[in-house]
Amino acid sequence: MAEGAPSVVVRGGKVVSGGRARRADVALEGGVVAAVGPDLAVPPGAVVLDAGGCLVSAGLVDIHAHLREPGAEEAETVASACRAAALGGFTAVVAMPNTDPPIDSASVVADVRALAAGAPCEVLVAGAITLGRKGERLAPLRELAMLGVRLFTDDGTGVQDGGLLLRALEYAQGLGVVLAEHCEDASLSAGGCMHEGAWSSLLGLPGIPAAAEEAMLARDLALVAQTGAPMHFLHLSTAGSVELFAAARARGLPVTAEVTPHHLALSDAAVAGYDPVFKVNPPLRPEADVEALRRAVAAGTLDAIATDHAPHPPEAKDLPFDQAPPGMLGLETALAVSVNALSGYCSAERVLAKMTAAPAAIAGVSVAGRPAASAQGGPVVAGAAAHLCVFDPAASWTVDPASLASRSANTPFARTTLVGRVRHTVFAGTPVVVDAELVC
Amino acid sequence: MSAISEADAGPTHPDQGVGPHLISIADLGASGIAEVLRVAEAFAEVERRSIPKVPTLRGKVVATLFFEESTRTRLSFETAAKRLSADVLSLAVASSSVQKGESLRDTVETVEAMGIDAIVLRHRASGAPAQVARWVRRARVLNAGDGWHEHPTQALVDCFTVRQVLAEAAGVAPASLGVSCFAGLKVLIVGDVRHSRVARSEILAYRALGAEVALCGPPSLLPSDLTGWGVSVEADLDDALGGADVVSLLRLQAERGSGTHVPSLREYTAGWGLSAVRMARLAPQAIVTHPGPMVRGVEIASDVAELPSVVVTRQVTNGVAVRMAVLFLLLGSEVALEGLGGDRG
Repeated sequence: MAEGAPSVVVRGGKVVSGGRARRADVALEGGVVAAVGPDLAVPPGAVVLDAGGCLVSAGLVDIHAHLREPGAEEAETVASACRAAALGGFTAVVAMPNTDPPIDSASVVADVRALAAGAPCEVLVAGAITLGRKGERLAPLRELAMLGVRLFTDDGTGVQDGGLLLRALEYAQGLGVVLAEHCEDASLSAGGCMHEGAWSSLLGLPGIPAAAEEAMLARDLALVAQTGAPMHFLHLSTAGSVELFAAARARGLPVTAEVTPHHLALSDAAVAGYDPVFKVNPPLRPEADVEALRRAVAAGTLDAIATDHAPHPPEAKDLPFDQAPPGMLGLETALAVSVNALSGYCSAERVLAKMTAAPAAIAGVSVAGRPAASAQGGPVVAGAAAHLCVFDPAASWTVDPASLASRSANTPFARTTLVGRVRHTVFAGTPVVVDAELVC
Repeated sequence: MSAISEADAGPTHPDQGVGPHLISIADLGASGIAEVLRVAEAFAEVERRSIPKVPTLRGKVVATLFFEESTRTRLSFETAAKRLSADVLSLAVASSSVQKGESLRDTVETVEAMGIDAIVLRHRASGAPAQVARWVRRARVLNAGDGWHEHPTQALVDCFTVRQVLAEAAGVAPASLGVSCFAGLKVLIVGDVRHSRVARSEILAYRALGAEVALCGPPSLLPSDLTGWGVSVEADLDDALGGADVVSLLRLQAERGSGTHVPSLREYTAGWGLSAVRMARLAPQAIVTHPGPMVRGVEIASDVAELPSVVVTRQVTNGVAVRMAVLFLLLGSEVALEGLGGDRG
């Protein structure tokens, strides 16, 4: 989209960089940031985006989204997910490999990239650690790494066989890639459909104990210590996980971790009405865990906020609770939900850092891994790629599942009023969302 | 008594927001339970007539949708509906479109489109009746047992039966006791509480009526977190029996996976089965209930099951009157209870 990108001036906002904001306009030219400074002149013919009262940040980067294509196009397509992402302020999303067929071969990587051509955000493809995500044999990690795949995960399940994961960590060293784990010991979570605790006991629903996540996290941290290979931990959800992760970080292990907006915003009490829209994996946890996650984000222990955007069509969520698939939408609400949930814990500027620079670095697409003119995640300075998210922290809106860009409607925030909304999104110099409407 | 969980801490039972339905005992509260017991006494009297039938729900249609096998609950609901002169539609899931992949929601909408007034639902999934109650337009939903969650009419039957026995012992009419006879009553629930919908409903009902409830079972078969339940846990059945006024035995639910929660049936029976020796520890006037079906030789010894203080048969008999009361209260509010003449039609 950079070619023929118009001249754009984002005027009147506060530019966020490194967790701080200062009043500045941003001029974009030919797909890169031309200038950042107060009261920039508007060249003739330039598009002016009003950012009065807004935070102007690098475009958001989601390192955890289920685009569902190929295989479940009734739930989402790469195109519909990218429109949802743009509305949510994202200019890059990592496509999780649990598609059908899974992303475990060069051809499926190429397919998904082809589907993303012309989309209003960049799609980065993650590969599976094991063939078919079956946890039996390694996927062709080297071949996919040479195609530019940076993250590998069997997300949806964890790699149950610790010996196999150890081989994967050893084999991947030198490839410049990161293995990402969905921590869930299947022998502890089997049959469960919500967090095991007071609510599951009362509701008579089989539980997933916190230990299912923590046991696998502890095992994986030991494997990282053993190999020195880097690992990323997906959607940590318990106070115990935060503690284990913080200790590993303190020991200097090369580990990163993410948390989802829904685990920061909702507790297991939301399941009380048996609405499967609140069924998700890892499950919503008790308030004490939610509190620990919020504190861990504020303290910097958890690196990134990632959506785990997981669309499901209505018929899949209209089933009895134990039969419905886990997962909830996230892309279009992630920033507002995170800012709202973390209000009183950390600033919106800090939340933006957790959704830009930090995830871009984990995905290998920050300025450390790419030329500035094509990097994601900021900083917003002259010469940087013109990927921007303009967030109005005062705009109040009510989430209407029927009017989302996603093909599915399974948002847990239906009819919730959120304060703060993505006003404009600029991808590669082109405004793709203006005044909260898609223009591409 | 030990480890009493605070009734006012942690989760409270969710308000299903479905007032016209009976999903949980929490939908009734103490006053609702008292009303069901009062109306059930009137219907118990009807049942003793030569033609035990009243025209109260004539023209109403009650559908029983059982997605899980049942003998007594289904027969009991259908008998109750027929004695109230309602028409009964009975969906046999094994021969229905459910076998062709029809979803629960579509099945319910199809059944409702036939103009039915009440859906009596049993489902192996906890929460299914609460979901169905959100999907229906005008039908009332009665929970006939959902997963591990609740079986509210069974708990009402148990309360009704306990009051009946207490009234007989006191030589008074059950109705004259109201629900004051439950205040301070010591109820001991024994066995697989974790997988038991009967236990969850009984606990809510007995607690609402002021009884003291204790649980006793293998810890692996108790719920993992009892915050908010307002019950105590007894470690030793032999110690607990002596103080109990009512013992509610639960079935070991092998089909719900409880088989892996204890080493063997033999070990379960040795620790938590009601043997003749244990029976002797009970106070002479104590009452033993069981929701059925009983597994003799596991949770109760065969000779103990035959003792008069074991009121299983009475529970089955009372089931019809109690379910008549529930159907009447949900469907027949425009009909005066006083107008319960015999069927003169």
